[in-house]
Amino acid sequence: MSEPIPAIKKFSDLANPTVFLGLTARIVPFLAVATALLFAVGLYLSFTTEGDYQQGETVRIMYVHVPAAWLSMMCYSIMAASALGTLVWRHPLADVSAKAAAPLGAGFTFLALITGSLWGKPMWGTWWEWDARLTSVFVLFLMYLGLIALMRAFDDPARAARVSAVLILIGFVNIPIIKFSVEWWNTLHQPASVMRMGGSAIDPEFLRPLLVMAAAFTLLFFTLHFLAIRNEIWRRRVSAQRRLAARMANREA
Amino acid sequence: MRLLAENLSVRRGDDLLFSNLSFELAAGEALVVTGRNGSGKSTLLRTVAGLISPETGRVRLTGAGIESGRRAGEASHYLGHRNAMKQELTVRENLAFWQTWLGDFPGGRGLDIEEAAEAIGLSGITHLPFGYLSAGQQRRFAMAKLLVAHRPIWILDEPTAALDFAADRLFAGLVTRHLEAGGLVLAATHQPLGLAETRQLEMKGFRYEGDYAA
Amino acid sequence: MMSLFLRDMKLSVRAGGGALIGVLFFTTVVAVVPFGVGPDLNLLSRIGPAIVWIGALLASLLGLDRLFQAERDDGSLDLMLMQETPLVLTVLVKCLAHWTATGLPLVLASPLLGLFMNMNEVAIGAVMLTLLVGSPAITFIGAAGAAVAVTLPRGGLLVSILILPLTVPVLIFGVSASYAAVEDPAPFLPPFAFLAAITLFFAVIGPLGAAFALRGNSD
Repeated sequence: MSEPIPAIKKFSDLANPTVFLGLTARIVPFLAVATALLFAVGLYLSFTTEGDYQQGETVRIMYVHVPAAWLSMMCYSIMAASALGTLVWRHPLADVSAKAAAPLGAGFTFLALITGSLWGKPMWGTWWEWDARLTSVFVLFLMYLGLIALMRAFDDPARAARVSAVLILIGFVNIPIIKFSVEWWNTLHQPASVMRMGGSAIDPEFLRPLLVMAAAFTLLFFTLHFLAIRNEIWRRRVSAQRRLAARMANREA
Repeated sequence: MRLLAENLSVRRGDDLLFSNLSFELAAGEALVVTGRNGSGKSTLLRTVAGLISPETGRVRLTGAGIESGRRAGEASHYLGHRNAMKQELTVRENLAFWQTWLGDFPGGRGLDIEEAAEAIGLSGITHLPFGYLSAGQQRRFAMAKLLVAHRPIWILDEPTAALDFAADRLFAGLVTRHLEAGGLVLAATHQPLGLAETRQLEMKGFRYEGDYAA
Repeated sequence: MMSLFLRDMKLSVRAGGGALIGVLFFTTVVAVVPFGVGPDLNLLSRIGPAIVWIGALLASLLGLDRLFQAERDDGSLDLMLMQETPLVLTVLVKCLAHWTATGLPLVLASPLLGLFMNMNEVAIGAVMLTLLVGSPAITFIGAAGAAVAVTLPRGGLLVSILILPLTVPVLIFGVSASYAAVEDPAPFLPPFAFLAAITLFFAVIGPLGAAFALRGNSD
């Protein structure tokens, strides 16, 4: 990008894709480096802290499983916020953000499901259990895939944006269900233990790597999200240029 | 090469669209089929192409190097109302598919894809998805399909619908060049194609026959 | 022929193509079963092979009605009918492309759904193997149905209704072979061989019937 980047004076300036691209170009390297550092620290801590006296080494799966699960929900919340942005404020980048987040959300959800499954086999003796938490996360995964399919099915990005925004907001109902499923129904999956009233129920020995990994995953998400938004903007520009090229060809003939 | 239609009769349900229709077309000749809507122009063309089997009569192909019994459809390009191109694929992918799929008929060679695009005046946009183009451009690329694989007979059903005047002229040029190279053209149209010398066949419409005829 | 295969593969992967939708439908259909029958793992593992098979059967019916209708809508079918390449071969290639784009992903997704159904490793392998061998038959039968209904404006549902009864033998032998792999007394090979025979049989009959119907339907 050789063109000068217009200065950002107010929040709404971010709606300009060119401004956003410039911002991305400046922020992403820092984000990427910070992500790599946090992962280095987080993975080091994850493998050097003691194993659980009951669970043994398998407890280390937690350091990937729990952040991935958090991210799967955070990503949907970001998509829901973007959907609101599309429908209420008609923010031009909101639907780009939602579209870019969907595959990431699906990826993190899949990671959470897989790691949970790997953890579940030694702990519960089964790869999968139709318990409330697992089922609702699985439904979330299906919703991500459905949204991806829906967004791909439209030719016109503006129409795709409105329709998928409506569906995203309807699907947001699932997020509280996932969050509180372990408390509403007494099931196999353990209730929340890190963030709860009256302090964390988890030993600091495990908490430290977990929090570092959570931060690393979050930064990873934002890095990827920024890059995905950038790609989507570029994709739309290419598409617009192609339509223009088609119209220009007619004039020459 | 000669294209012979002998005593063709085609029936649709109870309607006899035409009967005992015969014509002969030699290399370098064009036959323009005219007539009002519903007179059976398209049906005649589809019969010659082999897409409809006639009730009586047959379509034959004779000439040097053509084994007897070869279907006329295999020596023909058919440009119908629809373009036979996929919206999702690029123009180049569409044309390349038809080029390999159709293959050259013995006795000639098709143009390269870029050359064909040049010939219809739309070079340089073959990398675009077909769906991005306007209706007129799509129609012109459907014509480019006639050029990428060699076929001596062109069967054209309302070829210039959705085309502006300039494209109309361009297409007439293509057809003329095809005729000069010894090709055969069978076209149904309302508008004159702008060809110098053509023979005409006017379809008078069908006779209603059958159990319920008045 | 290769060009037709590649073109159909490209079309099914490009935007709006049905490759992803089929797997998603498959997953969703199988995933709703536990909600219906309850999360009893023993029950699920017992009915698992049947559920996965039924899900795969329904999912592979999804895009079938468009197999020839899409070609007809844009006029490509006319050009294919005019060709000297035997129409049977054209239909066969289209079937193979359709199966590779929509059937094969179902086969690959089935182990995951097997885990959800609490099936053991042997049962999962058996279901995957039987699906791999049996699902092409569904496509071949479907091609005949799709060809019959190609001129109908709302043929989609009709195609499913027409071909679902014809796929019953595939389902019977597919499921019984899967169960035979898990349960001891029943031998695995006879139903599996039957399944393979059905697929080979329909690989011939399906495209022949479809080609015949397409010729007859041309207008």
